[in-house]
Amino acid sequence: MKNILEKIEKAKLIGRGGACFPVHLKWMAVKSSKDKVKYIVVNGAEGEPGIYKDGYILDNHLDDFLLGVKTAFDFIKAEKIYFYLNKKYYDSYRNKITKIANKIGLKDKFIFVAKPLNSGYIAGEETSILNIIEGKNIEPRIRPPFPTCNGLYGKPTLINNIETFYNVFLVSKNKFKNERFYSINFAQKNKGVYILSDDLSIKQILEQTKNYPKYDFFVQIGGDASGEVLNGSQLDRKVDGAGSITIYNLKKHQSEKLIKYWLSFFRDNSCGQCTPCREGTYRLHEMFENNGMKMKDDVRFQNLCDNLFLSSFCALGNAAPVAVLSYLKNVYKLL
Amino acid sequence: MIKKNNKIKIKIDDKIYIAADGETILDVAKRNNIFLPTLCHHPDLKIKANCRVCVVEVKGLKRLVTSCSTPACSGMEIFTNSEKVKLSRDTNLKLIFSAHIEKCSSCTSKFDCSLLDLAKRYKINIADFKDRKDKRKTYKFANSVEIDGSQCIDCRNCIDVCSNVQKIGYLKKTGKGYKQEVVPVDDKNIDCIYCGQCALHCPVASAQEQYNWDDVEKILANKKGKTLVAMFAPSTRVSIGEMFGLPYGYNSSGLMVAALKKLGFDQVVDVNFGADVTTMVEAGELLERLANKKSRLPMITSCCPAWVKYVEFKRPDLIPHLTSSRSPQIHLGGIIKTYWAEKKKIKAKDIVTISIMPCTAKKFESKREELKIGGNYPIDHVLTVRELAFLIKKNNIDFKNLKKTKSNDIINDGSGAGVIYGASGGVMESALRTANHLVCKDSKKAKICHTRLEFKDVRGLNGIKEAKIDLDGNKLNVAIVNGIGNIDGILDKLGKYHYIEVMACPGGCIGGGGQIIPSSMEIVKKRMEGLYKSDKKEKIRTAHDNKGAIDVLNWVKSNDLTKNVLHTKYRKRERDKT
Repeated sequence: MKNILEKIEKAKLIGRGGACFPVHLKWMAVKSSKDKVKYIVVNGAEGEPGIYKDGYILDNHLDDFLLGVKTAFDFIKAEKIYFYLNKKYYDSYRNKITKIANKIGLKDKFIFVAKPLNSGYIAGEETSILNIIEGKNIEPRIRPPFPTCNGLYGKPTLINNIETFYNVFLVSKNKFKNERFYSINFAQKNKGVYILSDDLSIKQILEQTKNYPKYDFFVQIGGDASGEVLNGSQLDRKVDGAGSITIYNLKKHQSEKLIKYWLSFFRDNSCGQCTPCREGTYRLHEMFENNGMKMKDDVRFQNLCDNLFLSSFCALGNAAPVAVLSYLKNVYKLL
Repeated sequence: MIKKNNKIKIKIDDKIYIAADGETILDVAKRNNIFLPTLCHHPDLKIKANCRVCVVEVKGLKRLVTSCSTPACSGMEIFTNSEKVKLSRDTNLKLIFSAHIEKCSSCTSKFDCSLLDLAKRYKINIADFKDRKDKRKTYKFANSVEIDGSQCIDCRNCIDVCSNVQKIGYLKKTGKGYKQEVVPVDDKNIDCIYCGQCALHCPVASAQEQYNWDDVEKILANKKGKTLVAMFAPSTRVSIGEMFGLPYGYNSSGLMVAALKKLGFDQVVDVNFGADVTTMVEAGELLERLANKKSRLPMITSCCPAWVKYVEFKRPDLIPHLTSSRSPQIHLGGIIKTYWAEKKKIKAKDIVTISIMPCTAKKFESKREELKIGGNYPIDHVLTVRELAFLIKKNNIDFKNLKKTKSNDIINDGSGAGVIYGASGGVMESALRTANHLVCKDSKKAKICHTRLEFKDVRGLNGIKEAKIDLDGNKLNVAIVNGIGNIDGILDKLGKYHYIEVMACPGGCIGGGGQIIPSSMEIVKKRMEGLYKSDKKEKIRTAHDNKGAIDVLNWVKSNDLTKNVLHTKYRKRERDKT
């Protein structure tokens, strides 16, 4: 079994939940803990708009994904596996997962937890998931301690995304080809999920999937809420974080509407635990609602955005201003 | 990677400091007198890191870290005042101000507001963002405590202390994001016990006592021929000085008398005297219960009104265990309005009694109908010691430099046994001093018995204290519950004990919900030392040696007022409407 860790490291597998943390480091941290009870949490929250590749994997690679989970289970000698799934996935795949998991030797070793209704974006954050399973407030925990040494019920816990477990399966079968899943959307309308090499540029991805628009456009990568916005001349970049590209028509889109969408998304999805996010997202929304595009040069507006990045409790708060700021910087000035 | 080891060297603002393993950046900064602002941080509560005002910059990190939650690691270079830190700290403070409607004019924290202090220190425009919580409700818990949602900055210290320290679990967070709010739980089996620990741990006085200083101010301004009698609780003398730059644990009783006189009270008396009366009544009852096989044992103290509320609401089956003795403030108030009134030739209804308490639940206790004597409440108004400090400051009284004054009354200042009522274990020890004397005063060992004063096993800050006490051959098992959060450990094995003391607040009254803020176990420990030091200095250290108290008790008996002045009754209670 030691073998698998080497393979993962060699394949340079990174977590596909969005944070891109090296998988082997996480696995090693859990493995090396002396605690006898260890848990696995499979993160199938997939809560950010514009991303639905985990659903695609459940649809098309369910057995392989579960074999990946089994590999992790055997490797860290886990006590229990928690399948944490959003309501849709929970309803659609619960029975199928049970059937397969029982077959591959995981009988009585797993529990399903449905993502609570209306729990929003934050309920996909890994320490929030731990709180949800434990019946606590839906909000992130302080780090350190990290879940790898002090996670679910205080025990070392391996939390990985569905795609990550699928990749583990591929690695274990020597089939991993450094590919990843990309969700591609047009102005928040799903187009589809594609499997392509993970080092392609945005431009290459759009060309190879025949999604390169004929009109002037800009894109948002890594999620329709927290993703960075890039203009037509910035498409040589790779897709960081969660794999999604959303295409917007440069001429037809409405700036104010889009910015309001982002700002209200974060205001309404903030868990409310920390000041910069709870109060900051509220004020950003309020200021924009009252003053519209004038806010683009407003120092207080900029400070609130910078403060979110600098001092929020969790990564979701840190990422909250990314879309608005990158849109203003990369796109708005072109209009 | 930053390495952890036992001798950690870190740099703060270009100076090298040594940190111990496990210390946070805030710990190191505090130890070296480097100021970092904090609001949600409280040394007795778990670290929540949600206010984000203690942020610092660590070299090599793009984002800031909260100093309260980040361990010091070898080689860290920390900046407490960089441009990034200023931006975040100041923005977060402004945001916090916009979540807190300033009601400074009537706020007892006005002169010592941690929020305003930070605004001054960093020159923050507190009105940069418009207040957003003007429609929030105020939740009032009986007449004792309130949580004003329009002032809450969502730090959750109140929820934390109520759930995890007191284990009452009366408060919860409801709603999400900017709509979140602290509210009482819906569960009908849970009720507030009025301990006020939420208020003691609130950094912005959103949780606060329901103040009565304004009533008292009105009475002082227009006495209408009434005689105003102020009295102050044992524990208040060792804490009030903190508000005026005096050292922790300093006994300010002389200054308090002077300050209260200066405020306009006609007479000031010491609740120590009331405590001595309580001890006599309670020790007598203990011996009676021990002698009478039909009596309910263990006997449990009842001078903590939050504990009494707990029993009446949650464990009415324990009511027969509570001593029938009234509490020191009620004893003293009753004595003032009967004995003292007669001696001074003043009608009871022309006396207004105001007691200065470390406690919010005492406000609730004072309004118990069953305590009335001839239609009069023994205590008319209860102020927390915070409210008194506020009044002293409001009236520009230079507390520290007042001439120490004695109360000089037919009601004396009480014994050392009265003083230690302020600390957990103190009521027990006072009762044991007297019970010990009473059981063996006629035996051969009377002389030895009389020298036995200190029962050190019952002192200290452990959550549960147990001791075996030998009273002239009678072996007693006693226990002290220090903080209501520890109660279950004792209730499980009640039958084991003869006598139990319960104080709802950790540390006893010196850690009470009406105490001076800031309060922490470290500070409580110093207040405790102050009390025991004062006890040791007293010439009279037992209730039964307080001749004044004995005279009063005899007077009460001969006037057939025992039931009305010395004893009380309890009843089962439903959840209070908030």
